[in-house]
Order: sequence, then structure tokens, then C-alpha cells
Amino acid sequence: MKPEVFTPLGSGGPAMSVSARVSRRNFIKGIIATGATVASGSMLGTLTGCSGETASTAGIAGTVERLITLNVNGKARRVDVLPQETLAMTLRYKLGLTGTKLGCDRGECGACTILIDDIPTYACSTLSHGVRGRQVTTIEGLQTANGDLHPVQQAFVAELGPQCGYCTPGQVMSAVGLLKANPSPTREEARRAMSGNLCRCGAYDNYLNSVMRAARMS
Amino acid sequence: MNNYKLLGKNFTPPDVVAKVTGKAKYAEDFRVEGMVYARLLTSPMPHARIKRMDASEALAMPGVIGMLTADDLPPVTSPQKPTLTNEPHYVGEPILALAAESETLAQDALEKIKIEWEPLPFTVDPLESLYPGGANARTDGNVAFGRGFGNPPVIEETKWSARDFATVGEDQLPMGKAQAEWTYGDVEGNFARASYIIDETFVTAGTSHHCLEPRSALAYWQNGKCIVHGSSQSQSFTVPFLAGMIGIKPEDLVFIGEYCGGGFGSKGFAYTEMSIPAHLSKKINRPVMMRISRAEEFFVGAARPGFQGRVRLGFAENGRLLAANLHIVQDNGPDTGFNDYMSAAGALALVYTPEAMTFKGIPVSTNTPPRVPQRGPGQNQLACAIEPLLDKAAKHLGIDQVEIRTLNAPNNDTRYGPKQRGLTSAYMNEALEQGAMEFGWQEKKKLSGQRNGSKVMGIGVGQAYHSAGSSGFDGLVVLTPEGKLHIHTGVGNLGTYSHTATSRVAAEVLKCDWQSCVVVRGDSRKHLPWNLAQFGSNTSYTMTRTNYVAAMDAVNKLKEIAALDLGGTADDYDIGDEKVFAIAEPSRSLSYADAAQRAIDIGGKYSGQEAPDDLNAMTRASVAGLAGTGLIGVAKDNLASEGTPPAFAAGFVHIELDLETGGYEILDYVGAVDCGTVLHPMGLDQQIKGGAVMGFGMATKERHVYDPQNGLPAAVGIHDSKITTYLDLPLEMRTTAVDKADPMNPVGSRGIGEPVMGCAAAALLCAISDALDGHYFNRIPIVPDMIVNAASGREQSHGTLAVNTF
Repeated sequence: MKPEVFTPLGSGGPAMSVSARVSRRNFIKGIIATGATVASGSMLGTLTGCSGETASTAGIAGTVERLITLNVNGKARRVDVLPQETLAMTLRYKLGLTGTKLGCDRGECGACTILIDDIPTYACSTLSHGVRGRQVTTIEGLQTANGDLHPVQQAFVAELGPQCGYCTPGQVMSAVGLLKANPSPTREEARRAMSGNLCRCGAYDNYLNSVMRAARMS
Repeated sequence: MNNYKLLGKNFTPPDVVAKVTGKAKYAEDFRVEGMVYARLLTSPMPHARIKRMDASEALAMPGVIGMLTADDLPPVTSPQKPTLTNEPHYVGEPILALAAESETLAQDALEKIKIEWEPLPFTVDPLESLYPGGANARTDGNVAFGRGFGNPPVIEETKWSARDFATVGEDQLPMGKAQAEWTYGDVEGNFARASYIIDETFVTAGTSHHCLEPRSALAYWQNGKCIVHGSSQSQSFTVPFLAGMIGIKPEDLVFIGEYCGGGFGSKGFAYTEMSIPAHLSKKINRPVMMRISRAEEFFVGAARPGFQGRVRLGFAENGRLLAANLHIVQDNGPDTGFNDYMSAAGALALVYTPEAMTFKGIPVSTNTPPRVPQRGPGQNQLACAIEPLLDKAAKHLGIDQVEIRTLNAPNNDTRYGPKQRGLTSAYMNEALEQGAMEFGWQEKKKLSGQRNGSKVMGIGVGQAYHSAGSSGFDGLVVLTPEGKLHIHTGVGNLGTYSHTATSRVAAEVLKCDWQSCVVVRGDSRKHLPWNLAQFGSNTSYTMTRTNYVAAMDAVNKLKEIAALDLGGTADDYDIGDEKVFAIAEPSRSLSYADAAQRAIDIGGKYSGQEAPDDLNAMTRASVAGLAGTGLIGVAKDNLASEGTPPAFAAGFVHIELDLETGGYEILDYVGAVDCGTVLHPMGLDQQIKGGAVMGFGMATKERHVYDPQNGLPAAVGIHDSKITTYLDLPLEMRTTAVDKADPMNPVGSRGIGEPVMGCAAAALLCAISDALDGHYFNRIPIVPDMIVNAASGREQSHGTLAVNTF
């Protein structure tokens, strides 16, 4: 069983607060707390909250959007969000941040991994309403203003980490989160920390080499 | 070793930075003004017919735009796979697509559609369908097969007699009427003189591809063209097939496939689902985004066919394979399926070179997801079935496991199979030798069987093969007046970086600095040549040839232009430092930039106003589109290609297996390959390791599970399918390559992508059997409860021939 939310190992890192963790139970509780009636469609399919950003969606039970402010990549972003909308959908379909990929949309693969207050989190299993007041970092937020790659990104290039590249943004974000919590992990610690991110191409060895290189670089 | 400047050297692929920054755009990352969302209604039953359907309530919902059903599309002849259907043949088969302003709304609307189903007979077990009176997966038969390119596939009904089943025991595969068979040599005579004969019945499970990017697609129509953003392993090869599915001419299709989030054979080129948004968009006149969910991807994403098989192997005293019999019943899914069973037989003939062999095979339809190629289709199942049996023979005959493989492996002189074909070159033995050295086989062998509490060590070696190249496609390069070399490539981007590794051949031939080169790809508007799809481990062989001939054409044109401008004949000139110069007086020269400008001034063949007649129409159109932009190098690959170009891989595994839990840890893995000249060491290293990761899953984790009562799947998600994770691997993996040039390729290269999976799967299976002191399961995946049963002498919970089972 993969951990639902990656837990940084390594004793050197900051202890993760309980409130920072998002479990499946919290995810469901979050929906109840926002007063949403989950549309029947989302019960059957696995796809929820993909709003068409049009007036025609208003008036359907449980799909009233609310204007909220999210802190994404250091910027305050005002965005209309449905009660049951996941952060992955808000990022991808409303904020134009398509670097966060959806591989399964149900907490199995880790392709949508982003950082919330520096903790790697599955954006497909996080409600957008639940991250108000938190710092959200996506793959698009790693490069410096002048375009320099983050050391983890540099290492992923140098070690030829990606194959097809679809899981790569999630892998990079998990690595960034790991190194924030534990700047010099062992290879064993690194692979445990990365184990919530699946790669069907099987580029794990190259990814691990990338993480270890990044640890040496930073 | 070679003297290449670029080939065999690492490079930073032009698409890798986009992958690590999230800027790489996959199909679902595009947005178009006015885009609406489609959802699929899929079959809840394994086989049924729609008696009545009422969608009026759904279509009346505000925000619902329209619907596409099978009745909107041209009918499809059985057993071909339909795009949408009123008679689904598997759970999850698309029935209709509905578009709405939002995706949630589309899904809500689907639930307002009332369908009255007529359930029909179904089967999830091929053997059961061959029983007298057994159910057919299709109303018109149970044996479907293709008849080669361009011929429509056929469907027949085949039942075996009660006698066929009664002649063998419960634990043996019967063999009645076959659909395909061949034989060569004196099979029975050779069996008669064999000193050791193995006769085993085996099962290999069907497995999902589970590409991490589901096959989502976006399509819209603009100014008479259909624009499709799709997920395909291939670029140019996808175009005519997708255009055909949409019902338009290839030149009216714009296909953008710059990135593909994994295909493994299931996105080889066009597939029916990719055409749904195009059809729906045409009908409702809005851009349509169709996202495919993970659960849907299990169904429409297709699968590797499982085998129920029986193999007889007759060995001489010294371990030489004298005779082989191979019988395969293939779980072929609901439609045409794929010819894994034939490829498996070919692989047995080629990898183990039996002196005589008989093959009989039959694909049987089941009401399970469609079967398409999956990385090493047939060859890798075969490796899993045969390799542990080689160990069994080695053990019985007292021969080393590597040695029995070396003894039977093909070499440069081998003729194999019923047609006694030759190979372009073959260095499996060298791969085995090099891998054994890197692994420390002789030392590790001493660890075999060593106990530590409940844990025991096992080691294993495995081999696999796939053909590795084709010929006859086109290459296209442009030298621009800015002094750049544009290498146009029509291959896709399945994640191997071979789009660039093969393009570097053009730079090598033209002696261009890599900094001066631009790889042009990923969008059919970019004037791309006709190239083969990125499947079948072929790219490294096929497209080094196309880029070579295009670059050679450019070299010849450079020399001709120099002769025209500077006097003498073309033969008086050579190239170097991005100049064409007089051999006798190197200062008399033209830079590539100047030559490109001269090509534009002269026109004709030099800058694409004329093109060779033997080019594919797509390439000709691309040349016409580029005419006047520089010096055009373009040619069809008419180079000689005799024999099968092979890809050979050997894997070595060291495990520690826990007899109490049935779990194991892989302590070491070495992959060794023969792929001719190595083009891109890091890319190769990555393929060998990635293939092994997938192979470990095939050997011990992944499988289809179907409920025989209701035909419902029980292993749909990634979690259920148990694809390999970081924690299933050794901490580090090692690779090595023979790196010997193939004489049939201008730079000596061949492909490798597929056997690197099968060899690892086989090696792991062999290591497990080794740890269990020679218990052979004859089944994949070998899951922990099977290991515990074997270790404790208990009977296995599955029947020998049971398929789609836990």
C-alpha cells in the first residue's frame, strides 16, 4: 500500500504537523464541511469538478462557484472554485498551470504531486477550498525569475531522469519536498520518500540518481 | 569502438527541459476557445445488445450540447474494433459520447440516459470457448485473426471435440484444430534421439498497459481541417490511419503528438478512441476535449494477450536443443486482437535455434479488453515460459545456466524458423558473456540456495528477443541560409529520445556541430517525412537509415553546388567544419549557409522544387512545403537490408526470497544488450533499466482478473494491477552493451526497447525457481501465495490452466 500522502523520512527535516496531512478521511470531511452535495456524476465516474467556467453550470445542485484567493507559486490568485473541486482541476483548468499532471485522479500514481507549505501532496486528492491561506507550489514555481532551473530540475536533466515525462513534474516536486525536509538523504531514504510517485516507463533508477545528485548540488 | 563525433556520445535531448519544468504539453494540456467536454458511456456488461435507448432527458438538460453514437459512424465489419457500438463485447467498451459545457454536467447527463440491454453469452476463458457448446465471445464466432496488412480480418467459429479434451489430463493443454501452424526439420526423429525431454503446460496472464497518461484527446475543425491533439507513440505514421478513422484525407488532418505519456505498444499509432472527439466536434461544431479516466484507460487502453500453452523441448546430452513443440491458445480479447502467438513461436525458433520445431496456435476471442501489442508482444511471454525450463534442463544435464543459453543462442551464421531466415548480425552470446562478467555470475552462483533464517538466495539469467528494424521510409533535412541544419523527423516521442538519437546521424554525416542542429518534429504542419511508427523496437535501425540517406543527399548537393560555383566536378570536393571545400585547395570553399542560399537561387532539386519520384506522398508534400527555404536533402531509404535485424537482451537477477511470506527482495540486477552500435549511452541505459522494471511486474505482479460468473474485472486500477514501484527494485541497477556494429545499418545500429523487459522478467522467474531449488511454476505472475504454497509443499489454489484468476 502506498502512502496516500508522502511522508518525508529523515530526522533532519521539520516535523510535519498533523494538520498539514491530508488523508482520504479529511478529503471526504472537507467536502461535507463545504456543504456540497456531490453531483451524482462524480460518484460514478472518477472525474469531478471540471467546470466549464460558464454560467450554465450555475444552478445545478452543488455546483456554485465561490471566489477565493489561493497563494500559488508566491502569487495571490483570485479564482472561482466549486465546493467539490480538487486543487488539480483548479490549477489545470482555471489557473493555466498544466504542468501538474493527472495520471489517475484518485490518489494512486502521484503524477499530480505539488507542495503545500513545502509538504508533497497529491493535488487530485486535495480540495481547493482547503488550501486557502496555505502556500501552494507547483512545478511552474520552481524556476527562478530569470529562468534558471531549480537544482532538482538541473539534476533531473543531467541524469536523464524522465522517459515519457508524464510523471516527471510529480517526481520533481516530491524530490524538492524531500530535500527541503532532509537535505542529505541516503538512497534508501530517497526511494522511500519518492515511493508515492509511480513511473510506468520504470525510470526509477534514473530518478533516484537525479535526487542524489540534487542533494549533492544543494 | 568507432570514430563518430556524435554517435555513441551523450547529449541533452531537446525535449527534456520541458519535461522537468512542466512546459511539455500533452494532449490534455491544450485549451481551445469554446471547448466543451465529452464523457463516454461505456458498457456495464461483457456482451450485450442495446434493445432500447432513450437519451431525451439527458439531451434536454441545460448545458448539454450533443451526443455521438455508433449510428452516427460508418458501420464496421466484424471482427474489427468499432469506435462506438450498440453491441459491446467487453465491460467498459464505449457505447456513446456526450458533450456538455462542463465535464460534471456531461457525466450527470449520461446517467439520465436509459438503456435496456439484452445480455448475450460471454466468456473470459479461451479454453472454455473451445469446449463443444462453449460460449462464443462474438455472435459470429470465437476465432478472429488478421490476414496481413491491407486485408480485412476474419472471424470463424472453432470448437474442439470432446475427444480433443479427453486425450489429455486436466493439467495438460489439449490441442485441437489450430488457426496457424508450421513445422521444420525432423521433429519426431529429433525427439527420439533427445536424452532429456521436457513437456510442460504453462499460463501467462493478460496485463494492462497502464500508460500513465490516459488516452485523452482534444479535437476541433478549422478552415476545413481537423486538428487533433492526441497521445500517440508516433507522429507521421499516425496521420493516415487517424484520418481514415475520421473519414478525411490525410492532408486535411493536423495531428499534434509532440509528447506522449507512455504507450508501450497500446498507442502505436492511431486508435479508435482518438477519433471520437473529432467526430463529436464535427457533429456539434464545438471543440471537444475528451478526458479518459484511469478506470476507463484500463478498458480502452487495451492489454497484452495471455497464453495457455504447452511446450515440449528435447535436449541432447550436451544441452543442445534438438526439437521443440509449441502449442498456444491465446486470449485474444473481443476483436481482431494481435498475433502474439505467432511472434512467440518465431522467438522460440530464433533465440534457442532448435534443430526441428512444430508450432500450432489459435487466438480465441474473450469478452475482455482489446488485445494489442505490449512491449515484446509474444516474445516476452515466450521468454517467461521457456527460460525457467532451460534452467530445468541445465540442472538435469548438469550444465551451467549461462552455458546452456550460449550453446543454443543464434550467431551471425544462424538460419532460423520454417523459412530458415538469416539475421543481419547476432551477438547474444557476447551479451550473455558481458552481462555475466558485470554481474559476477560465477561468484554469485556460489550464493545460490544459501539460507539465512527463513530467507534463501536465488540467482537467475534470462534472455529475450524482438526484431529491431525496418526499411524503406524517407529522410528529410534542410540546410538553411542561417547555417542551421534542420532535421525533420516523423517519428513520435514515446520517451526514448530516439527522435533525436537517430536525427544525430544526419548531423554526423554532414559533420555539423550539434549546436547548429534543430530537430523538427511533433506536429504534422512542420513538414515531416513519412517515417515508421515508434513500435517494434525499430526506430534506431529504421530512422538512422532515413536520416543517413537524407544527409547523404545533402552532401552530394553541397558538392554539386560547390562545383557549379567554384569549378571542377563534385568529386573534387569534400565537407568539414560546416563547409564544402576543394580537396586540393581547402581555402576554396562555401559555407553551408552560403551553399544553402545558392541552393535557393538555383532552385530545382537543390531547394525542393523537385523531389525524387519514389518518396511517399507525405514526404513529397513536406518537401513542397519547404521548397525555397534552403538546401533540401531528401531520399527514400533504398539501402540494402537482408535478414532480420535482431534486438537481444540478457538479464541477471540476484534475489533473497522469504520462504515464510513468499516475498522477495531483488538485491542486484544487470541488463546486457546487443543492439548494434550504441547511439545514445544514457538513453540506452535508461531503456534497459526501465524495461527491467516493467519486466519485474510482468513476472510477479501484474495480471488481469475476471469474474467468470459475471465477466466483471477485479483488477482495474493501478493499485490493483500492482505496477512496479521504487520499493520493488534493487537500490541500484547496472547495464552494459556489446556495441558491435550491424553491417546492414549505415551506422551499425539496431533497436532494443522490447527484449529488455522480457529478459528481466525471465531472469527474475529463474531466480525465484533457483531459490526454491528448482520448483518451476509454469505460470506468470508468480505471486507470494504461490511461493508460500511451493515452499510448504501445499497444492496451488489455481488450476493449471486457469486464467484471469487471483
